[in-house]
Amino acid sequence: MAGGDDLKLLGLWSSPFVLRVQLALSLKGLSYEYIEEEALVNKGELLLKYNPVHKKVPVLIHNGKPVCESRVILQYIDEAFAGIGPSLLPADPYERAVARFWAAYIDDTMLPVWNKSSMGKTEEEMAEGKKQSLATAGVLEGALRDCGKGKPFFGGDSAGYVDVVLGGLLGWVRASDELHGVKPFDPERTPLLAAWSERFGALEAVEPVVPDVSRLVEFGKMWKARLAAAAAGASN
Amino acid sequence: MAGKEDLKLLGLPLSPFVVSVRMALNMKGVSYEYVDEDLNNKSELLLKSNPVHKKVPVLIHNGKPICESLVILQYVDELFAGRSILPTDPYERATARFWAAFAGDKLFPAWYGVVTAQAEEERAEKVKETLAAIEHMEVAFAKCSGGNAFFGGDSIGYVDVVLGSFLFWFEAVRRVDGLEIINASKTPLLAAWAERFGGSVEAKEAVPVTKADLAVQYISKFRAPAAAAAKLASSE
Repeated sequence: MAGGDDLKLLGLWSSPFVLRVQLALSLKGLSYEYIEEEALVNKGELLLKYNPVHKKVPVLIHNGKPVCESRVILQYIDEAFAGIGPSLLPADPYERAVARFWAAYIDDTMLPVWNKSSMGKTEEEMAEGKKQSLATAGVLEGALRDCGKGKPFFGGDSAGYVDVVLGGLLGWVRASDELHGVKPFDPERTPLLAAWSERFGALEAVEPVVPDVSRLVEFGKMWKARLAAAAAGASN
Repeated sequence: MAGKEDLKLLGLPLSPFVVSVRMALNMKGVSYEYVDEDLNNKSELLLKSNPVHKKVPVLIHNGKPICESLVILQYVDELFAGRSILPTDPYERATARFWAAFAGDKLFPAWYGVVTAQAEEERAEKVKETLAAIEHMEVAFAKCSGGNAFFGGDSIGYVDVVLGSFLFWFEAVRRVDGLEIINASKTPLLAAWAERFGGSVEAKEAVPVTKADLAVQYISKFRAPAAAAAKLASSE
């Protein structure tokens, strides 16, 4: 790593958005200090200082200057450390546009329906979310098939931007079956995505970074219980 | 590649997202064919070019479609020579992308709610959200401009184009509702910027004076059924 580069990442162990940044840093071979939000005493203050607009993690702090929003951070890492490790975004402008399109799709279209399917306010809403989630997984499967063109990753021969954006969700994808009885990347419906999950998850730069599934399941169960209690309390 | 680029832009007269792309293409001095779509009768070309979202803008370059306005803006910037739309420094680029994302995720949905809200309570809530978001943009302006005329510094850049393409809609809301989204006393920097931006060659080329009139007509037409129903209800 270039001398004099000070990298800190403010994160939360369970956040898929934070995981994306960790995956990118790992793939590029960049070292950084990880600061766990949960462990912070003054987390409110720190977040207010570095991310006054959203007060959320991840925040990447490079030589004291904060960068916020996971997809913005990923592109920043790719550009600021262009000479180091593999590139996340393709070199060709059209392929870059395609990669950005799918990254936006994952966050703006896929994630909201995933959240709806597990955290919807009513049974009906959750059922609708589940249906929509199947549809979006199908669309993404098509993207991997058409853009990937038989290559192992969205980025081609090696993992790139879209792989990292989707890869941040890997922990929760694995936990989903036990938590919600749903496989977001069902090998029968979305075989390419299922294979991609295994392949991406097994990468040397990825495997040690993804949070432990059992820990996520435990966290998810606790979160679900909390939501249920709040709902029960609200309806009394 | 020698000769004229084959560029076609599918759009809508009142879409600020389409306006932003037109502005960017104009800034690059690139000529293109423009096609107005009919939302109630979408063309084969639109459905084929943007099967995922079926929305405009879509830029078709040498037969290949690029979708999502922010993706298109970056594509245009990266592909065509001439003046830069995004800054060249990675940290400044990250800042510009952050604010463009903020405008898209927070400001515009709130503003859209102001225009389309059916109930007065809902509208009041959306007004509050819009004004809160615009306050953040005021702070953004101070940070990004560095004391210069635009978010992009000396000249119009990415965030100017993204936010500026909405000004004709803010003007329409002012005429119909008497609501100043950018208010000279609450957000003085943005108010001054809006004047400068509105008077610029870039804005004048992409946003004819009549657009605000059309937007006013749209709002009135959109709200007419609810207004009529309210009238009917109050006369019974």
